[in-house]
Amino acid sequence: MNFLSRVWIVKSILLLIIIVLMAVAGTQLYKHRHFRMPVVAGPGVTKVAKLSDYTEGLKGTVADTNVFHLEGKEEGGKIFIIANTHSNEPAAILTALIFLENAVVDKGTLIIIPEFNNSAGRNTRPGDGYPLYYEIPTDWGSKKFRMGNRDASPLDQWPDPDVYVHYPDKQLLSFLDVRNTNRTWPGRPDGPLMERVTYGAMQIMRSEKVDIAVDIHGAETMFPVTNCIVAPEKSMRIAMITSLNVKRNEKFDNHVEPSPSGFRGLSHREIGDYSDTLPFLLEAPLPFLDQPTGPKTVDLLLDGKDPFLLSLSKKKKLFVSYDETGWPMEKRVGQHCSVILEIIHQFSRKFPDKAIKLRNVPRYADVVKNGVGHYYRDPEKADKANVYFNR
Amino acid sequence: MPVIMILYYIISAYIAGMLIWNFIREKKSVNDMLLYLLVMIPLILRILRVK
Repeated sequence: MNFLSRVWIVKSILLLIIIVLMAVAGTQLYKHRHFRMPVVAGPGVTKVAKLSDYTEGLKGTVADTNVFHLEGKEEGGKIFIIANTHSNEPAAILTALIFLENAVVDKGTLIIIPEFNNSAGRNTRPGDGYPLYYEIPTDWGSKKFRMGNRDASPLDQWPDPDVYVHYPDKQLLSFLDVRNTNRTWPGRPDGPLMERVTYGAMQIMRSEKVDIAVDIHGAETMFPVTNCIVAPEKSMRIAMITSLNVKRNEKFDNHVEPSPSGFRGLSHREIGDYSDTLPFLLEAPLPFLDQPTGPKTVDLLLDGKDPFLLSLSKKKKLFVSYDETGWPMEKRVGQHCSVILEIIHQFSRKFPDKAIKLRNVPRYADVVKNGVGHYYRDPEKADKANVYFNR
Repeated sequence: MPVIMILYYIISAYIAGMLIWNFIREKKSVNDMLLYLLVMIPLILRILRVK
């Protein structure tokens, strides 16, 4: 009897410890998944739609997301900005929000999806110790963002196959890529959830007759395809001139990488092959994603300073310049802003009948000087009708 | 929710149930008791659709 009592006391203690651990961790993860991130529609926003308006298969799913339209009074070309294809590359959404909250379009149309993979934005990376949130200082306080993951949450799309067979090319890709919205292009209306997301974006480009698509990313400093514009043959000329112009006028490097025709599922390849749109994929250096770094902290995410990368830089193992100043978020977001504005400028020069004219978007030097948060509006003070959330 | 996902939740619940049953039956090894509880954590979080 005494022995049995001792066993039950031990079991009760163990059970209590596990329940407390599970409750603490579970509550944090639950709050992260359900965190509501406000997006303030700026003066240029004329219409807000849902991605499911373009493809039925997303209705009622967590993958559905807001699509913001900024239409000019004068007809012109159309540009489509996609951010958070990978939700662990935050310069993308930070850049998209600068356009969304500030841009005023005089000619043509700007379409923005700031949270493209809404499911991945609610996911974390097990084992890598990702922070759950990060905050950007602004003129009115700080704006809190949810840190997501590269792939959609298994809660929303499951199970993964042994091998992802890309549609329609049948190329064999990693099993994980079935939840990666930069491998599931061009998608299909009744495929796995992430294929339906990319199909919805393709439908926007086809139905709205979009001229330019820009997919914003970040990449490791040890990865060769970083700090660059990735472009297929049809976008190459504009990409090259853009790269040369930002180097000459704004003094930052942003080389051009050709989109490989044999690697399927990527936005810069499939958008061009399956629509009339000119695709561009922008990569800014993101030291946080490199493997040989210290802890994955919010500071590393925002300032990009890491002693291990500095040491590797001195041994010439990185594909970008790197010193004690790291790669602060202002530089990354500023580069994205300038490159997008330059792509628009070059497209408008090449196709004057489809020119796009917009104003109030800062360039590289402005963002570096004023900080990213300077361009964000306070959702508490904004008209509630202009504050949008994804479900 | 697709049928295969529903089946996955049923399997998770079944395995979690087996682990609870083994935890209750275990009388000697504290290590095994702890092991059953730790293995159960991801299954419970998945069934509750937390992670």
